[in-house]
Amino acid sequence: MSDVVEKTLTALPGLFESQTGAAKITNRLRQLIKSITELTSKHEEENLIKRELSAIKEQVSSPNTTMKQMREIMVRAMYCEMLGYDASFTYIHAIKLAQQGGVLEKRVGYLAVSLFLNEGHELLLLLVNTVLKDLQSTNLIEVCMALTVVAQVFPKDMIPAVLPLVEDKLSHPKEIIRRKAVLALYKFYLIAPNQVQHIHAKFCKALSDKDPGVMASSLHIYLQLIRESPDSYKDLTGSFVTILKQVLGGKLPVDFNYHSVPAPWLQIQLLRILSLLGKEDQSTSELMYEVLDESLRRAEMNHNITYAILYECVKAVYTIHPKAELLEKAARCIGNFVLSPKINLKYLGLKALTYVVQHDAKLALQHQMTIIECLDHSDFTIKRETLELLFRITNAQNVTVIVEKMLDFLRSCNDEHTIIHLIGKVAELAEKFAPDNSWFIQTMNDVFSIGGDLLQQDVPNNFLRLLAEGSESKEEDDQLRLYAVESYLTVLKGHTSHLPQCFLQVMSWVLGEYAHLQESVDRREVIRLLTQLLDQRSVSSETRVWILSALTKIPEGQTDLILDLAESLSSSQDTVLRQQAQELRHLSQDSQLREWVLPRGAPWDGIEVDSSLSFLDGFVSEALAAGAAPYKPPHQRQEELCEDRALNLEPYSFSLPVSLSSCSITDRQSPTLLSVSSGLSGNSAELSQKAGSSTLILEGVKRVWGKDGYLPQKEATAPPVDEPSAAVQPASQQEAAERIEPRPEPSTQNQDKQQLASSLFVGLGVGSSVSLLGKSEAPPPRFRKKPRPHESSSSSGTSKRSSDSSSHSSRNTTDSFLYGSFPEEEPATSISTFDHTPKSTTANGLSQNKDTKEDRHANTSQILGGDMVIVRPSTIQDKHPPSVSSDLTALLPADLKDLPHSDVISLTSDPSLSLSSCRLFRDEALLLVIFISNCTETVIKDVAVQLTCEELKTASLRGNVMDCLEARSTSVCHYALLMDDPHTNVSLTGTVSYQTQPGHTNTLPFSGTLSTADFIRPLVVTTEEYGKLWLSLSHDVKQNLKLLTDAGDPLRTTLNALKDALQLHVVDIIGSEGIVACRLLSGAPCLLHCRVNGAALAMWLRSPHPALPDFILYHCQRALAHH
Amino acid sequence: MTMHFLLLFSRQGKLRLQKWFLPLPERERKKIVKDMTTMVLSRKPRTCNFLHWKDLKIVYKRYASLYFCCALENQDNELLALEILHRYVELLDKYFGNVCELDIIFNFEKAYFILDEFLMGGEIQETSKQSIAKSVEASDMLQEVRH
Repeated sequence: MSDVVEKTLTALPGLFESQTGAAKITNRLRQLIKSITELTSKHEEENLIKRELSAIKEQVSSPNTTMKQMREIMVRAMYCEMLGYDASFTYIHAIKLAQQGGVLEKRVGYLAVSLFLNEGHELLLLLVNTVLKDLQSTNLIEVCMALTVVAQVFPKDMIPAVLPLVEDKLSHPKEIIRRKAVLALYKFYLIAPNQVQHIHAKFCKALSDKDPGVMASSLHIYLQLIRESPDSYKDLTGSFVTILKQVLGGKLPVDFNYHSVPAPWLQIQLLRILSLLGKEDQSTSELMYEVLDESLRRAEMNHNITYAILYECVKAVYTIHPKAELLEKAARCIGNFVLSPKINLKYLGLKALTYVVQHDAKLALQHQMTIIECLDHSDFTIKRETLELLFRITNAQNVTVIVEKMLDFLRSCNDEHTIIHLIGKVAELAEKFAPDNSWFIQTMNDVFSIGGDLLQQDVPNNFLRLLAEGSESKEEDDQLRLYAVESYLTVLKGHTSHLPQCFLQVMSWVLGEYAHLQESVDRREVIRLLTQLLDQRSVSSETRVWILSALTKIPEGQTDLILDLAESLSSSQDTVLRQQAQELRHLSQDSQLREWVLPRGAPWDGIEVDSSLSFLDGFVSEALAAGAAPYKPPHQRQEELCEDRALNLEPYSFSLPVSLSSCSITDRQSPTLLSVSSGLSGNSAELSQKAGSSTLILEGVKRVWGKDGYLPQKEATAPPVDEPSAAVQPASQQEAAERIEPRPEPSTQNQDKQQLASSLFVGLGVGSSVSLLGKSEAPPPRFRKKPRPHESSSSSGTSKRSSDSSSHSSRNTTDSFLYGSFPEEEPATSISTFDHTPKSTTANGLSQNKDTKEDRHANTSQILGGDMVIVRPSTIQDKHPPSVSSDLTALLPADLKDLPHSDVISLTSDPSLSLSSCRLFRDEALLLVIFISNCTETVIKDVAVQLTCEELKTASLRGNVMDCLEARSTSVCHYALLMDDPHTNVSLTGTVSYQTQPGHTNTLPFSGTLSTADFIRPLVVTTEEYGKLWLSLSHDVKQNLKLLTDAGDPLRTTLNALKDALQLHVVDIIGSEGIVACRLLSGAPCLLHCRVNGAALAMWLRSPHPALPDFILYHCQRALAHH
Repeated sequence: MTMHFLLLFSRQGKLRLQKWFLPLPERERKKIVKDMTTMVLSRKPRTCNFLHWKDLKIVYKRYASLYFCCALENQDNELLALEILHRYVELLDKYFGNVCELDIIFNFEKAYFILDEFLMGGEIQETSKQSIAKSVEASDMLQEVRH
């Protein structure tokens, strides 16, 4: 099909003859283009354009230039800009042309504007009046042009000006205008959702428009809306299905056909909408099975566009509630893609497969040979897509092969973005599935040297944390550390100048901490290797600091070497290095002090962080008494700066990284990212706002949350130290198999591939019949959890100990457990209620707790990771039937009972478990409480809840894993969720896995949505503080809202309604004005200034966060609309 | 299916048309144009028409001496984008009648007008060849009348 067009395009000569009527080119432009094509060098081109631009400049400023000439000039200016030359002096003339010219000039003027001016260009303001005029024009073409330009360049703050007019166009008699208006509104919705909130009803009208084009345009908006909250649009499923049926049935005008396929774009849009609606919703999915089946059946013509539809269809089938028959058909479709000789289809097949293997890993097996061919494909894009697919099917058995393939690819890759993306995945796989210590360390070495300084900081951080926190068994931990030390010493003995900084940092930290484990190596040697690095010029000063602190940690005995080093550095120009050298000298001379500052093998859990900095109180009061100025929060300082511009009072920026302050030696223990939650843990809101101080105190905080969720869990699977024998075995078998394999047959290439296949796809299928070489050994557990020594004893303990005081004791445990301090760092004493499980307690490095006699329930819980201090399910043996949801709030832990909470809603259920949730509003977080009820008469074991949400951060969680859930009982698990950046609606998804019979794990998915409103908290300030804060905030939004006039004082009524709906704090109401304050959890504040303006409420919002006012406005609108 | 940008460039890497559906600073645009031309032009024959670039997907196709190249988000349908490019070529072909690179060079503003009727804000606005031709011609007619 494309041949036709290619042929037509090759008819290059005969250009001037082929000019069709309308396409006349002006002489000047023709000349310009011609002379440019004749040029031979870039330099000549530059000169020519320079001359051209100065001619244009002259012409535009001449008063005699007519509009018609101006139009031609503008086209030339566009041409110059396209070549990459600056013609910004013509921008204003483009606007003038759109303003003053006739229709024809306007068209060029608008085009120039949309090409020249970005959203946000200041000249755009001058366009508003022109657009307004044209929108009201009786000339259809002018209206069309105005709508086009509005959708293209209008920024957020200019939308309100044109919105009413664009909205009116939705009922315009001409379909082309309606269509453009719908698309313009769609664009507005993307830029500023709150501003088009009120016209949802009209979108609905557009959906049922008699013109299919308008209807198709409205689907863009619906797709977006449904993506944000599928639940609100379930009722439209029927309509979408009907539309799709009609399209498939060829009911649309032939005009909509594309290569005799009926309205493919429309079909795809509908398929996407349906898959969103049917996701995890059986009843809705059932409505669409038939039409999806038809879609799959109809798309049989051999054309790209039908494949595009098929791909979308397959994705939909795998997204919605599964139906075996459809899945089978879809799987066959994927086969057609993957096996197609057309490379584009193959690519799409791989992409589909990547999507599908998440649901059904076996599908990859069917296509293993193709996948292997693609892995060696000459096309980079195909290769990368294949690796993406392999990443999804990695398990403990094939990890070595897959990681090797990925590393091979990375070594030959030079695209930064690809490297960062894939290397992160390699690190993730290595941590998850490492078969043994040496492989793990070796792979991580590769990760560090390939990824280098492009690596996301959390990769080295996670790695170090893994080494440091260790697992249950000290012996195994030490073995891993020992491997690392040995491996690094070897690396350092070789060439080191090419090593990336982050690798050097990792090595020096590990050597500093664990070099002592390696008895056979002379400490002098370690010191020599590290010192040698210091001499290299390529080593950055940050790395030098890491090296120095490593040297500080290497035990005594080598004082002479150290002193020499300290001496030589004490004259360094870098103050931080000098300071470190001083510390080094000091500590190396005073072994007692060093023992105290850097205790060897100190437990990680022992580090307590006082985030409120209360230990400084004495110092502060002394300083204040001595006449020091009291601390002022940054915004206040900023404000004072503005008042007094005469002097530059701005402090110099820190010359040293904050983490290198005087307490840096101990800080070196955890070169980790800041814990997310800790920033919010301070008592004062200011604390969390000033980044400087929070970085300062948080250095020692253990990071419990990583990008994949709760780290100890991950670590539990990650460190390859436990069960080494079991883990190493399959790998060595595999290796052995590979070593034996080389066969003498000539067709070795094919053999190799088969072999590769067997190693790649091992552990995917169920039976050996599918795997080519027939390896069918039982896969070892993929997630190698740490052994749970107290598991069995604890469950038996429960039954023995459970007593009548259950409710009392559960209160007691929760009292001591929950929220004493917000960050995950629980005071050690309150954690160790496990005195009857000495093994875990010691592994945690926790001290004993005397209060535990009261705690009859402690033993029902288990610790997953050795250091998972906060997972503390408070299982409650309640007597209520679990289905009565209103009673569920009674199960809330005592200290949560008083918090304001939402209604309990049912999340999901199956015959064994039912889940409900409830939101609790705490000042610094939203607590999402999930009630897990056992509906059966038997004990359910190994219940684990997993919650994911990309937009939110989980600050802490409790009770998401439990050994067993007694019959007819309900357990409570809760997540503290933080929102850093506002989102209108946030969707949560999660799963509960549990075992009703041993060895048979069920999973139950659930999902829900949260809105920004759940994260808004009142900000209590005085009028005076409000005034000061107002001045210091920059981002503002103004809008008129509906005023509630039903009773009494309208302003008061409206503000109270908002206060009830959104937890705002009404600061003051004076006359017709009111001021209101709120904040996003304990983060960014948002101030609202409300004034009665006729029948409307003029709302003016300000916040330091650019997007927050919009979201709050959105919710205010909603709240008032629903009132 | 939000398209981020659409570029037309020649085999020599000369930009013939650029349409940015999302606001980007000038410097960024120039860099993207440079990246796209080098990446696409260095593709070997018989490779697929898709590329990874940052977190976007690049879909390109060569028609005679011109490369049509657009960027989509990762979850979008690449084949469909390929057909969008094709439909645009068909539209140009219908308008110019046997379109060739020079038509687009000399009448680039017309190519923009056609594009504006076809895509709006990075989304498909109208897929019917007839309707697009009609509305472009309607505007051109005004030109004739005024002359």
